[in-house]
Amino acid sequence: MNVGHTKKIEPKPGDWAVEAHGLVKIFGENRAVDGVDLNVKTGTIYGVLGPNGAGKTTTIRMLATLLRPDAGSARIFGHDVAKESQIVRQLIGVTGQYASVDESLSATENLIIFSRLLGLGRAEARRKAEELLEEFGLSEAAKRPLKNFSGGMRRRLDLAASLIAQPPLIFLDEPTTGLDPRTRAQMWDTIRRLVKTGSTVLLTTQYLDEADQLADRIAVIDRGHVVAEGTVDELKASIGTSSLQLKVENPLNIEAARKIVEQVLKVQANIAAGAGKITAPMENADTVTDLLIALRAAGIHLAEMSVQKPTLDEVFLTITGHGVKEETSLTSDESDKAEVVRV
Amino acid sequence: MRNASIKPGVERQLKNYTSFGQTLRNSLTMAYRGLLKIRRTPEQLFDVTLQPIIFTLMFTYIFGGAISGDVASYLPVIIPGILVQTVITTSIVTGVQLREDMDKGVFDRFKSLPIARIAPLAGALLADTVRYSIATVLTFSMGFIMGYRPEGGLGNVAIAAIIVIFCSWAISWIFAFFGVIARTASSVQGISMLVLFPLTFLSNAFVPVDTMPKWLQWFVNINPVSHLVSAVRDLANSGTVGWDLAISLIGAAVIVAIFAPITVRAYMRRT
Repeated sequence: MNVGHTKKIEPKPGDWAVEAHGLVKIFGENRAVDGVDLNVKTGTIYGVLGPNGAGKTTTIRMLATLLRPDAGSARIFGHDVAKESQIVRQLIGVTGQYASVDESLSATENLIIFSRLLGLGRAEARRKAEELLEEFGLSEAAKRPLKNFSGGMRRRLDLAASLIAQPPLIFLDEPTTGLDPRTRAQMWDTIRRLVKTGSTVLLTTQYLDEADQLADRIAVIDRGHVVAEGTVDELKASIGTSSLQLKVENPLNIEAARKIVEQVLKVQANIAAGAGKITAPMENADTVTDLLIALRAAGIHLAEMSVQKPTLDEVFLTITGHGVKEETSLTSDESDKAEVVRV
Repeated sequence: MRNASIKPGVERQLKNYTSFGQTLRNSLTMAYRGLLKIRRTPEQLFDVTLQPIIFTLMFTYIFGGAISGDVASYLPVIIPGILVQTVITTSIVTGVQLREDMDKGVFDRFKSLPIARIAPLAGALLADTVRYSIATVLTFSMGFIMGYRPEGGLGNVAIAAIIVIFCSWAISWIFAFFGVIARTASSVQGISMLVLFPLTFLSNAFVPVDTMPKWLQWFVNINPVSHLVSAVRDLANSGTVGWDLAISLIGAAVIVAIFAPITVRAYMRRT
């Protein structure tokens, strides 16, 4: 299934930051990446969404010249990753899943060495290092050895190191996996700021939420294949919207409440058996205000209200027909289906 | 980042090759990284400080009487020999450390940077010449304390030291190659010792060659380690330069010419 397939209309140089066609990488018996096509427009954030082992990292490593594709081709700003790898390396910054910085050195020393390697002079490298450490809030820890750094600090240093040459394309491989919510939000802000300065970002993530927050377009990847591609809205439309869940204080009012929900939201609402909960798809969050007013006017008191977003599991179920994990038994398959019905 | 906007990819001046100047600069930067690492973990210098002291003491007093009659007349024979043996053994560590280093994430970044492919390897090997220098200075110092007075003079001893350091750097490319192709650091150590033990002991480093059986003499005389030992003896003990020196330097150059390219190739293949 290909949601909103992109047609290339007159490809001008500079229009496409990434053009990948039929990328394949085989590790022994395992076809880790099996014919991936990706087109990323310059100046956008592109999200590659998929579970562990879907082939996200392998794809990024091929695009970043770290791995040679077994088949297919990829171009970065029009330059072939295999034939013009040294040019491609001048155009990209890579931040890996595991921080690719030198553990035995301090943050400043790391940035100075990377700056020097990129051709900056001694004084210039020092200034750049200070500037980036300041920017990423690492100035205080600059001289400490990295062994004492937290996961979030390491990630930030890693991203800082990728930005020394101000590359027009940045690869971020699961930039927020394992970070606490506050650090994650900081990382998101940094990524958004990057794009404002004109960078193109290609990021991989396991979280639908993250792709939703950041990406302009998303490719859903599973077992080495792109199973869906499109804008966030297109993708959302295909997987169903968030669902609104209401619990009324007095169970006797539940039927009346359901009617009000259906009237106001103009959708079909279900009553979850036993739990005393009303579940309804929520397409427009704004109408919920009307709903709440209507409920108050009818004298129905709520005990609980929540909004449930579709999870990656559900996205996968809808798009691929199977969940993130391999179904081992029929029962788990059925419970997955039940969830979709609820949505 | 906040103020400066990023230059679009198509407007950049780009080249698909690395110049010799850039290769040299990159390698020196990587050597600087190696030196910083040594400064951060000085305990990794234990082997190059202890080995010269212990080995020089041990071999001189064990073999001195038996081979040269007394310790004093054995010193001009053993000091150049033990120097070459110690410094070359030290170069194994280069391969082992390279293996450990390459397993870390930072090598991924080096690979994604537009730098000379050889730089991370050449830099690491270059930084290790510091280790060889320490071992060299300590061996000569131990010899001096025990009564070794090289007749070639300080200048020639210094030249001999530089030649030993250069040849060890060349030989370290062999171990760097093992380091790149091996799976684990301990297997690098194993393979390297297997190669090095016969090479250093089947030489003229400790014992006069004419005491050995004929078939062994044949090998000892073609062994490059013997030539290096002879070259150091000539320089330090009499201040002369002979064919041995030329053969040593040519041998070192051949090793680099063969092993540097295949090591870089193997390094690039590894993922």
